[in-house]
Amino acid sequence: MNKLLVSPSPHIHSKTSTRSLMLDVVIALLPSVIVSILFYGWSAVTILASSVIFCVLLEYLITRYLLRRPNTIGDWSAVVTGIILALNLPSTAPWWVAMIGAVVAIGVAKMTFGGLGQNVFNPAITGRVFLLISFPAIMTTWGGAKGFIGGVDAVSGATPLGIVKEGLAQGMTLDQIFDLNNFSYAQMLFVNIGGSAGEISALAVIAGFIYLLARKVIRPYITLSVLLTVAVFSGIFWLIDPSQYTDPLFNLLTGGVLLGSVFMATDYVTSPMSDKGGIIFGIGIGLITMLIRYFGSYPEGMSFAILIMNSTVPLINKFCKQKKFGRA
Amino acid sequence: MTTTIIWTIVAITVLGVLLAVVLYLVANKFKVEEDPRIDEVEKVMPGANCGGCGFAGCRAFAQSCVESASLDNNFCPVGGNEVMKKVAAVLGLEVHEKAPMVAVVRCNGTCANRPVVNGYDGLKSCKVKAALYSGDTGCFYGCLGCGDCVAACQFGAISMDPQTGLPVVDEEKCTACGACVKACPKKIIELRNKGPKNRRVFVSCVNMEKGATARKACSAACIGCGKCAKACPFGAITVEHNVAYIDFNKCKLCRKCVAECPTGAIHAVNFPALPPKTEQPAVKPVVAQSAAGAKPEVKPEPQKKEE
Amino acid sequence: MKKTFSIGGVHPDDKKISAGCRIETLPVPKTVYISMAQHLGGPAKAVVAAGDKVKTGQVIGEPTGFISAYVHSSVSGTVKSVGLRKDIVGIPVVHVEIEVEGDEWMEGIDTSDTLVTDIPQDPKFIVDRIKSNGVVGLGGATFPTNVKLCPPPDKKADILILNGAECEPYLTSDYRIMIEKPRQIVVGAALMKRVLGVGRVVIGIEENKPEAIASMGEAAKALAAVSPDYSGIEVMTLKKKYPQGGEKQLIDAVVHRQVKSMGLPIDVGAVVQNVATSLAVYDAVQKNRPLIDNTVTVTGECFPKQSNLLVRVGTPISYIIDYLGGVPETAAKVVSGGPMMGKAISNLDAATLKGTSSVLFLTEAQTKRQPETNCIRCGKCAEACPMGLEPFLLNKLARNGMMDELEQNAVQDCIECGCCLYSCPAYIPLLDTIRMAKGEVIKIIRSRTAPKK
Repeated sequence: MNKLLVSPSPHIHSKTSTRSLMLDVVIALLPSVIVSILFYGWSAVTILASSVIFCVLLEYLITRYLLRRPNTIGDWSAVVTGIILALNLPSTAPWWVAMIGAVVAIGVAKMTFGGLGQNVFNPAITGRVFLLISFPAIMTTWGGAKGFIGGVDAVSGATPLGIVKEGLAQGMTLDQIFDLNNFSYAQMLFVNIGGSAGEISALAVIAGFIYLLARKVIRPYITLSVLLTVAVFSGIFWLIDPSQYTDPLFNLLTGGVLLGSVFMATDYVTSPMSDKGGIIFGIGIGLITMLIRYFGSYPEGMSFAILIMNSTVPLINKFCKQKKFGRA
Repeated sequence: MTTTIIWTIVAITVLGVLLAVVLYLVANKFKVEEDPRIDEVEKVMPGANCGGCGFAGCRAFAQSCVESASLDNNFCPVGGNEVMKKVAAVLGLEVHEKAPMVAVVRCNGTCANRPVVNGYDGLKSCKVKAALYSGDTGCFYGCLGCGDCVAACQFGAISMDPQTGLPVVDEEKCTACGACVKACPKKIIELRNKGPKNRRVFVSCVNMEKGATARKACSAACIGCGKCAKACPFGAITVEHNVAYIDFNKCKLCRKCVAECPTGAIHAVNFPALPPKTEQPAVKPVVAQSAAGAKPEVKPEPQKKEE
Repeated sequence: MKKTFSIGGVHPDDKKISAGCRIETLPVPKTVYISMAQHLGGPAKAVVAAGDKVKTGQVIGEPTGFISAYVHSSVSGTVKSVGLRKDIVGIPVVHVEIEVEGDEWMEGIDTSDTLVTDIPQDPKFIVDRIKSNGVVGLGGATFPTNVKLCPPPDKKADILILNGAECEPYLTSDYRIMIEKPRQIVVGAALMKRVLGVGRVVIGIEENKPEAIASMGEAAKALAAVSPDYSGIEVMTLKKKYPQGGEKQLIDAVVHRQVKSMGLPIDVGAVVQNVATSLAVYDAVQKNRPLIDNTVTVTGECFPKQSNLLVRVGTPISYIIDYLGGVPETAAKVVSGGPMMGKAISNLDAATLKGTSSVLFLTEAQTKRQPETNCIRCGKCAEACPMGLEPFLLNKLARNGMMDELEQNAVQDCIECGCCLYSCPAYIPLLDTIRMAKGEVIKIIRSRTAPKK
């Protein structure tokens, strides 16, 4: 018999670990990854690979040589950041853009704060927003790549949100814009050509969401409150003036609302702990996104909305506490 | 254009003067009357805010010194007599000098002396470990080796020796603030007289179990045999609850007890290396003499020997 | 919709692998070591000395103070020594060592198996019997039962809850007695009902024990037909969730009342007793039989011989293990009690206590803690905490020694159920730090309230 182990209770542990949670997120991201590779072909593979490789490599180098701590790449969080960052980039972007994004995401947004769990802002979104501001031309040029599935014209100028913004600015009405561009909801749901790699298929994102819920990795409150807020807010404006304001379904299915609300807003580290806090957080994201979409100069505001709300998380955590047992 | 600039300058200047007046008035109105000597005393303090004196920090200590009539109850263990002399000078009070102290780890349960009998798998904290059970060796009283004392020391004076698994006190850095004494759940660390030339004799064990049980758990345990107490010519050693204790105020550092101890639980530190047993008669008198020679000078003015 | 408590909780695997094993009686060992500190409160004072002859059931330790209990000899024989001996965690405690000679019981103890269903009319008689026979709570805390049954006069109970939840994985001792001795348990419940003067008794059992639910329900029904003393005793099926067996959680589950912070169950009119305690009350009152043995589950996947044993108090744990074939090679940890709240045993030579409910063997893969990593702020600990606390926050505060903030964040409400550490994906030893902080904060609260009163 070996020496007996002695420790305080409890003596057993659930099978969940940081690594298993991150692996679950990677699995949930797979449908979106597969769809983006199918439709954007090799350029999507390049972007995904370079983003993931640089994220992991950077985290390894920083922990090894700067922080001199045991490396943390084994927890897979860098892989998650890499995939999400890649899904937020246009597939036509060159590999070095992904590298710069990784430097900002891992180097600036994550490791300077002390690594996983310490960062205030979602690393992938910080990387993306940095790129959007630094390289606006690259970051808003979509399509142009040849996908593995033939027959789809992958050369289209802008995202539906961008087209609408442009059109409205030129004084067109929504009906005219929709007719001109042949928008259809079915297309948005399945294959929404034009946009970041992860924004192609709403269905793929929803599949990931259902997987995360089933595995109890996330709770649905943040995602649902974002979606509901977007729907309600755009619904009100749409009812007021359908010729100037896009309808709720259009707003839900296009752009980064789904991807952001499922994978980015629900990031453990940068979202509130409690369900109540999560709902407030989600409403904030939904509101800011729609304000930017309708009134801002950018066609899409999901990334900015999440970043802004990230900064309010400590405050939300402070005021939204769970009800304690036996206390009023 | 120029008028705009002039008006701006004028407006800001007026505003600045007004606010300065307001600030001055407010500062005067809410001024807290404080003895200026508190600041002076605080200036001579070490400024470590370690709490070793029993006050919240150096300022609280200074305040207490200023308010009390004598310095008998106030002593800064970090600054020692030097600082207390300065404090006394500031306040015009007298100070009774104290012998410098040092933290002493009273456990000799090294990995070799005290075999590990089970594996601790909880948080690396002596406090948690002590609350849970008797520890991972057979000795219920000894060092738990998780380093709470190391964490408590603000001066970096304690480190764990990976060879023995016991904490080691750096005499140069130790200020005898007592933080480690409070942190140790087993009450192993004691503040003892630093001694002349840093020479000290102490019992490095606190095991209160009966001799046989204590010995079984640790080969270097004090077994409470009392040989040291009999050997001590100054009556400095008492044996209570199966463990010997040397009163450092009575000990004259003759080291007779060290030779008597059957388990080697009594440690003598910073003495010149003892010669091998065979040559004992030749050198021992010299050593004894040096210890004895130091002794009369030490007691009245211990700090002199310290230098 | 089955009932359960309202906040938090986790669902560890059931693993009741010894559920099918009938209770066997363990042969009496050659020597027993009876601890004087088997209950919450002041340890008993030994009233025998080396050389004394004792009989089974004879008093060998008398209570010291209000919260304390009698200790009886579990065997007949000669007292060899009274002195310090190490308990399961290696801490020296006064034990009485008795060398066994035969098995001669004290007079006045009914050792037959006949069920006595007549409930004594005088509550005082019942309480005296419970006290003199050394009955303590067998649900884990070993609080003296007679004290718990006599609440202060300004507080009145209206319900007695019998705890048959046995929510800890692996443990089956309560399950077995509910199947094998259901009527005795119901009689015990009726006795405590008489003492408390309550009209309603609920036996709460989790849904994963359908046989126990059936057996207890049948016993309650059969006895209700015998005498009106047994009216108002019912079985309630509860949803499976850990820590259902926690006192506060069980009250919440059964009657939806939440005991206030630092309060006692009696504040909301409830008294909770374990089913095993109820059986001990039956023995003590109806049979005048002291609490000298209890059911111990010996289990674990790596242990070949699953058992539920009736063990005399003071039997060395090593004797039980040797009787069943020794410690398995693959066992890395031996736990007394369940895997969530039990204590790891460092000294296998220690003797069993009244409250020892199990000896559990865990392998290294099952129990070895993983290295701690960064908190990822997932909130799973807060989600799991049945008291609605925020363990991640308490852990940080505790490591920085921030006592005021710890108190504001209700560290004193922690019931040490282990749900937070169990569910933490970063393997942070949350409960280790919180438990320490809780102790210190409670000390501060006590020292603050003490001078005022």
